[in-house]
Amino acid sequence: MTAPIRDAFPVLARAGFHYLDSAAMAQLPSAVVEAVAHHDLSARANVHRGLHELARRADDAYDGARQRVARFLSAEADEVVFTGGCTLALNIAALALGEKLGPGDRVVVSAAEHHSNLLPWLMLSQRKGFEVVSLPVDGDGRLRLDDLSLIDGRCRVVAVTHASNVTGAVTDIPRLAEAAHAVGAKLVVDGAQMVPHGPVDPRALGADLYAFAGHKAYGPTGIGVLWGRRELLAELPPVLWGGGMVGVVGPTDAEPLDPPERFEAGTPPVAQAVGLGVALEWMCGLDWPSVHAAEKELTRRLLAGLAGLDGVRVVGPPDLEARLPVVSFVVAGCHPHDLSHLLGERGVAVRGGAHCARPLMVALGLEEGCVRASLAPYTNRADVQALLDGLAHAIRVLR
Amino acid sequence: MSEELYQQAIKDLAAEASQRLEAPDASATLDNPLCGDTVSLDLRLSQGRVAALGHGAKGCLLCKAAATVVAQAAVGLEAETAVALADRVGAMLKQGAEPPLPALAAFLAVRPHKSRHGCVLLPFKALAKALGR
Repeated sequence: MTAPIRDAFPVLARAGFHYLDSAAMAQLPSAVVEAVAHHDLSARANVHRGLHELARRADDAYDGARQRVARFLSAEADEVVFTGGCTLALNIAALALGEKLGPGDRVVVSAAEHHSNLLPWLMLSQRKGFEVVSLPVDGDGRLRLDDLSLIDGRCRVVAVTHASNVTGAVTDIPRLAEAAHAVGAKLVVDGAQMVPHGPVDPRALGADLYAFAGHKAYGPTGIGVLWGRRELLAELPPVLWGGGMVGVVGPTDAEPLDPPERFEAGTPPVAQAVGLGVALEWMCGLDWPSVHAAEKELTRRLLAGLAGLDGVRVVGPPDLEARLPVVSFVVAGCHPHDLSHLLGERGVAVRGGAHCARPLMVALGLEEGCVRASLAPYTNRADVQALLDGLAHAIRVLR
Repeated sequence: MSEELYQQAIKDLAAEASQRLEAPDASATLDNPLCGDTVSLDLRLSQGRVAALGHGAKGCLLCKAAATVVAQAAVGLEAETAVALADRVGAMLKQGAEPPLPALAAFLAVRPHKSRHGCVLLPFKALAKALGR
């Protein structure tokens, strides 16, 4: 199943190389590399500004990329805002939705958030005076949704991750959408980890704004997406100002364009958007039921292998239900950084540390962080076995 | 390569017990955001010298081992000399300078691993910070 998929990723052909760090950055299929290069060689121009031939080509490429993203999200093109990344998309969401918030208002996040979906709200709350509260997690890092009383009449926004970048636990977004909408709150979803594992329909999920990154979805760096319901985007103010996003500009004021351009101040990442469009089109061409079955089997193997190693404790759900193929763990007596270093020396790429999720580390009692192995459609059994073998070796070296 | 980096001398240093000082004259805590290492360091000073040092290190093996070196070597040093250690250890790791302390010879194996330099430097930077730098 994975052989044809792996063939699309030249870097994976390196001997003795086992890439299990896709949750940090996925690898690029050749088609994306070629599309970006082709664009820069044949259509490099600014967009929505020029009238010459290259400018027309750039316009077509950029608008076409937006349509490809929209298809991936089962959305309309004017609901797709290109940003410089997921972090910027989430900051735009916070700044736009937070503009009218103040004392007495509440934003509900969760203890499982990546800093990108937490710090924008915390910092804004200091200026605006609203409160930020967190939904707790259980011992497996899953959001506890049995008590949603925090989402009450004061709540204006619920901002949560679709899937944890540490534990891989998938959040029940429809459940939270129901709770948020029942009190008139908007639901912001951080889809950075979910999107690399298949097309998403944020409207059907009940999200109001949905953000993701290109570099985790087999696309280039420097590109992200903020999807928003058309009617909501039309209400929100721009948070960045500059060229390309205004209509009438007077001596003391300016009138922003309609979405999505309203949120795309300055020259956008054109070639990166083109690359992302091709990446998502590549994803749409995969047989996702088969990919998910393969990912599940590899996750099962990994969890079983880890359980057989002395002193290893899995962080996050121990089972295969409602989870991504992202598995974190700690090893008694071995620091995650040392383990990651030793695995790296054996060609096994993983990530060790706090994973930009300090509140979750605290909630799970992981003062020294954890090691994360993150799988992708191109991961195979040899990758998982290399991790398990390398881990056994690392433990021997460190103890 | 890994056996050299994680040689027994480093592991022995990392395994040394550590203790904070009560009522120190100065303290400092530094984090390494890359990996989550944290070093807290307490000092007692007398006539411009480090008279006593306590510390607590939560971190990787290299960080803990380096913290032990700081704890063992800094007592008795003039404050200025102790502050300068951070730069001298940095020069040892990054520019090929000789180890400024005999116990640091074991850390020469860290030189090729740039991403780990910060782990070794953190306790020395905490020492400098506690001394007001």
